[in-house]
Amino acid sequence: MPRDLAHLSDEALVALVARSDEVALGELYDRFGRVAYGLARRILRDDALAEDAVQEGFLAAWRGAARFVPERAKASTWLLTLVHRRAVDLVRREERRRAEPLEEPTGAGAATDEAVWLRFERERVQQALGRLPDQQREAIELAYYGGFTQSELADRLGQPLGTIKSRMFSGLSRLRELLTEPEAERGDRWKPTPSTS
Amino acid sequence: MEADAIHELTPAYALDALDPREEREYEEHLARCPRCREELASFTEAATSLAYGVESPFPPPALRDRILVQARAERPNVVPLRPAWRSWPMAVAAMAAAVAIGLGIWAASLSNSLDRQRSARDQQDRILSIVSDPAARHFSLSGSHGTLVVSRTGAAALLVSNLGHAPRGKTYEAWVIRNRSPRRAGIFSDATSFRLTRPVPEGAVVAVTLERRGGVDAPTGRPITSAQA
Repeated sequence: MPRDLAHLSDEALVALVARSDEVALGELYDRFGRVAYGLARRILRDDALAEDAVQEGFLAAWRGAARFVPERAKASTWLLTLVHRRAVDLVRREERRRAEPLEEPTGAGAATDEAVWLRFERERVQQALGRLPDQQREAIELAYYGGFTQSELADRLGQPLGTIKSRMFSGLSRLRELLTEPEAERGDRWKPTPSTS
Repeated sequence: MEADAIHELTPAYALDALDPREEREYEEHLARCPRCREELASFTEAATSLAYGVESPFPPPALRDRILVQARAERPNVVPLRPAWRSWPMAVAAMAAAVAIGLGIWAASLSNSLDRQRSARDQQDRILSIVSDPAARHFSLSGSHGTLVVSRTGAAALLVSNLGHAPRGKTYEAWVIRNRSPRRAGIFSDATSFRLTRPVPEGAVVAVTLERRGGVDAPTGRPITSAQA
């Protein structure tokens, strides 16, 4: 039977995935595979490794969907966390890559075919990051996009561990505020996930 | 580690910035600390929004197929070999009957079912080896019915979607068509991935028709879907 799952919420899809429904897994991939790949590529700076991280992340979701608790996280957050974890594991194994400067890879024409909501979302997040104090932004970017542990960051930045912890705490707290605060100038806030409701 | 110190690890955990030992300690703590679970949820939400802060080019189309084929291969595939016995007397009686008359037949059918399982797994393995071949080429099947994947050696698999189960008494039959002459390439009724029984040379057309159960020697209807390699 042709099945169209477009009307289902992300959380409902994960529930189907927990019952080994591969069509639901495909639909989840269609919704988040692209963001996941962009994230993995940013961390790993290598297309093939990024594909590995996305594949392992989605398979972790396939195996672990029964453990997903919708009360605790959005499905998209849970899924992207799994992909992030795999990408960070991989980049830590590839010491060499992390030594490179942490610049945005020049995308292969990414901007031209980028969906409107993705571009909107990217600009919103980058603006919020841009409003953080430099040291907080640096700690958060090196950790999340660079895959550095807090102890490695302390070494790299020549700061006590406590300072790094408090930069992460303040930075993430501020980021959370910035991303949830109503944006009057823009009217309605854009829904941060591509799922239809 | 002291409780206060471990609470402070929440933002770093949300950013995946703990080393394995700290991570383990934090997770043990998390299981006992509702406050940290709550904080972690909100920090994780903020951290994950960073995933949207980078450019998102399209991943290669083959990645989706690879994930789905791998997922399928890992799917728990529990085939009950016999019904659970309800009670001992029944079990004994049934066992006696089986020993007396049916053991041979039962054993034969058991081994058939194992063979079927094994061959299904072999089929999955072969499909996996085709789809995971980085040099394999991917062609869209017409009507959004999925993908034809052809490896370097010409071994080919169909990754079918939106086709549904074949109606009663019918089966899907795949064809490899060259120089207008279709050759049988296997039958399937509800598979979502299917390995063609013959190689697909460059330029050949692969088509799927609906045929009577058991398959036929030449296609009788119009293709439901097709792709040119």
